[in-house]
Amino acid sequence: MNPAAALRLPGIRLGLIGGASLVLLSLIGMVEAFNQREIVTDVISMGQTLLLLTAVFIAYLAAKHEQARGRGRVFAAGIAAGLIMAGMLALLVLLGHSINMRQVFINASPVLFQTLVFQQEEIWTGIVLLLAAGALIGLSAALLCLQPHWLRRVITTGLCSVAVVGLLQDLIAPIFAAWGPLADLVDLIFPGNGVSIPGAVGLLVVVAALSAAWSFKGQAVQDRIRALPPKSRRGLNFAALLAGALVLLILPQALGLFLSEVMTIVGLYILLGLGLNIVVGFAGLLDLGYVAFFAIGSYTVAILTSPELGFFDWNFWQALPLAVLFGVMAGVILGVPVLKMRGDYLAIATLGFGEIIRIMVLSDFLRPWLGGAQGIGKIPKAEVAGFEFATPQEIYYLILAGCFLVGFISWRLRDSRLGRAWMAVREDEDVAQAMGINLVATKLLAFATGAGFSALSGAIFATKLGSVYPHSFNVMISINILCVIIVGGMGSMPGVAVGALALVGLPELLREFADYRLLVYGAALVAMMLLKPEGLWPEATRQRELHEKEPTAAAAALADGPAEPRA
Amino acid sequence: MLQRIRERMNPTDIVMWAIGAVLLVMIIWGSAATLVKGVYSTHHWIDFIVFGLAQGSVYALIAMGYTMVYGVLRMINFAHSEVFMSGPYTAYYFAAYFYRSGLLESHPVISMVLVFVISMATSTLIAYLLELIAYRPLRGAPRLVPLITAIGASFFLQYVFRGLYGSGFQAYPVVKALEGHMMVGPVRILKFQILVIVAAAFLMIALYQFTQRTRLGKALRSVSEDKEASALMGIDVDRMISMTFMIGGAAAGAAGVLYAIMFKQVHFFMGFIPGIKAFTAAVLGGIGNIPGAMLGGIFLGLVESVGPSLFLDGLGIVAPYQLKDAIAFTMLVLVLIFRPTGILGERLAVKKA
Repeated sequence: MNPAAALRLPGIRLGLIGGASLVLLSLIGMVEAFNQREIVTDVISMGQTLLLLTAVFIAYLAAKHEQARGRGRVFAAGIAAGLIMAGMLALLVLLGHSINMRQVFINASPVLFQTLVFQQEEIWTGIVLLLAAGALIGLSAALLCLQPHWLRRVITTGLCSVAVVGLLQDLIAPIFAAWGPLADLVDLIFPGNGVSIPGAVGLLVVVAALSAAWSFKGQAVQDRIRALPPKSRRGLNFAALLAGALVLLILPQALGLFLSEVMTIVGLYILLGLGLNIVVGFAGLLDLGYVAFFAIGSYTVAILTSPELGFFDWNFWQALPLAVLFGVMAGVILGVPVLKMRGDYLAIATLGFGEIIRIMVLSDFLRPWLGGAQGIGKIPKAEVAGFEFATPQEIYYLILAGCFLVGFISWRLRDSRLGRAWMAVREDEDVAQAMGINLVATKLLAFATGAGFSALSGAIFATKLGSVYPHSFNVMISINILCVIIVGGMGSMPGVAVGALALVGLPELLREFADYRLLVYGAALVAMMLLKPEGLWPEATRQRELHEKEPTAAAAALADGPAEPRA
Repeated sequence: MLQRIRERMNPTDIVMWAIGAVLLVMIIWGSAATLVKGVYSTHHWIDFIVFGLAQGSVYALIAMGYTMVYGVLRMINFAHSEVFMSGPYTAYYFAAYFYRSGLLESHPVISMVLVFVISMATSTLIAYLLELIAYRPLRGAPRLVPLITAIGASFFLQYVFRGLYGSGFQAYPVVKALEGHMMVGPVRILKFQILVIVAAAFLMIALYQFTQRTRLGKALRSVSEDKEASALMGIDVDRMISMTFMIGGAAAGAAGVLYAIMFKQVHFFMGFIPGIKAFTAAVLGGIGNIPGAMLGGIFLGLVESVGPSLFLDGLGIVAPYQLKDAIAFTMLVLVLIFRPTGILGERLAVKKA
């Protein structure tokens, strides 16, 4: 067979692609960095899990491609893909053993190669093991591919839950360890670093059983809830909401100091995300200079309250309305010039604005007023009747209140006349204008509202940190917020929370992640756009738009009234 | 007369023109004050101008990639700044090797050519893969989708290179042959600046001739004019789009080495600021227009180099050089507002953007 024809076989093509990704993952240091954390104690580490999941996924894709052409082809494709991937890693190991690659690739360390060959002393034994593992992965992926749909779901859910529990051990263990009767169970499942073997098996069985039960009975349960009379359905919704609110209120007490700090950061991103959601998600104006308003809010509070500059000596609550007002004004001022721009031009112009503001704040020229590179310190904490919001657990409530306020406003705005005008502008500016929508006012209101929310968030940020520096307001923040709302689902408010938890909360918990955070963000943006442009928790209308192929489902959703958006 | 003006202008236009007028007054006032004060001698100004030319020609080379891709796909290839970074960063390891082995000293021309070739090849490869993986599946998607993909790809590439090569600054080896000054007529110019200007000019002319004269270049231009008609004429549109990315990538790779020669260091984040500035240059000259990108790049380089001293010093601003990026970004925003079609702009920017 000639090479071109061989490349067209899915097993070989995907194997090569997968092998390249595995080599890249190893060389950029992710495997080694993630190796500190065990997923299942003494069995598999997080770095190995990363490689394994990628390899299984690729081999599964290869097998899936051949599904229509018989069992033999499925097995051949899966095993070929697995072997090729393992082979490419083996080549990397051999290369690393014969020459010193570290002068160029700083992460090509002996530790990495040792991990790749399963800690074997003898390199050739390790390579044979590696190839065997590759073949095994291919085989199991092919087997998985041949199972009926429900069984496949049960197996993958079970395995993924073990991985997730192992990944989040630092989050889960302390919460449950505080509850007396559960402490023993927690000790059993998490003996130290990672999930214990009996714990992993138990978890696998329980989750698999639950998943199996759901796949047979889940539809019936859903139907029963749907069949309830509207009154009790509303009651059920209300009870769920109440329970949710209660959990949010007692959360910092259950989470402890570190996790509350994480929650405050997530909360700030939710606030920012809700604001940007109005500009990008509702009105469709891609704003990359969003961090500028965050900075304006922070600096307003800092200048008005900090005794370091000594211009004013206000308290936080006096400064807050002014910060929001300045944010709104800045939104209008920056909004006017870019009114006529669309799409990419708007994105670049706003990016330019954001950078101009940062450079101005950083410059020596404005230093007497804005503190230059040293920033402004000694910002007082917020205070209500003698109670000071100082620790993360207390600031959490401040941010929670902000989130509720902003969430409520944007929820009401979305369903208002203005909200519908924003969406019309997002869908088609010209048509919206022809329908009598005042483009200038609509767009400016979107910029102003988003900027106001951002400034509010910035004000809280300033009092949380106690100091502001120009370096906290670089373009990365804008990109992070954009990622949050895109991964969550543009225009979807629960999506913002999901996106913030996944993209901001998770990396804070997994400290090894820090160096790869933006890499994962970038990959997530590309992957979301290629595979699931509507986001993890999409807005109902947007999901309908992007999946117009299923008119029956859309019609059913319409008939049901505003259906609950499902992830 | 007044009636007619009032009818034609709406409030936002008036605000815009007022902002423009204020900036213009500031520029004129500042320049006049600086020139009257006479802090800088003629020598200083010549140095500023030559530096601006060198920097501007690098911007112009990067801007090629933006402008050509925009011409074909009507999208901003946000990740082009990473295409620009990848080349010189990879070539750095070869340059350092040549330096250690003494080749750079004994055969400076050969080793520099090799460094250029490696850098261009890497950037071309990255640009090709970028188009293949990230952009090709998204043809015909809503406008916001490829733009967001491009932003994602940009950060992904940045941090992949950070993971591969580390997060430190790497000092580019110094080429002995490019040290020191040279007299061009009565003017004293740093040697490496001459190399940068000459190399960039040569590449730009070559590129321009390529798109104007060769069959392939004509195919490229026809695709940017009308994709469907080109396909009907038997042009493989996908291949031409790929080619556009690769040519832009090669230009960026060459620009990257020139940039590294000028600033003597490489870093995984080095692409971001030059990338935005090159985009500014492309918009300035009229995006989609190759000679426009050259003109825009050189103009931007000059303004950035001369501007802080000329406009801001006279206004009594401390350390005006810190604000040179702000000048570039202000120019970007102003051009986008007042003349989105650029200096040599065709009318497509308004119609299709």
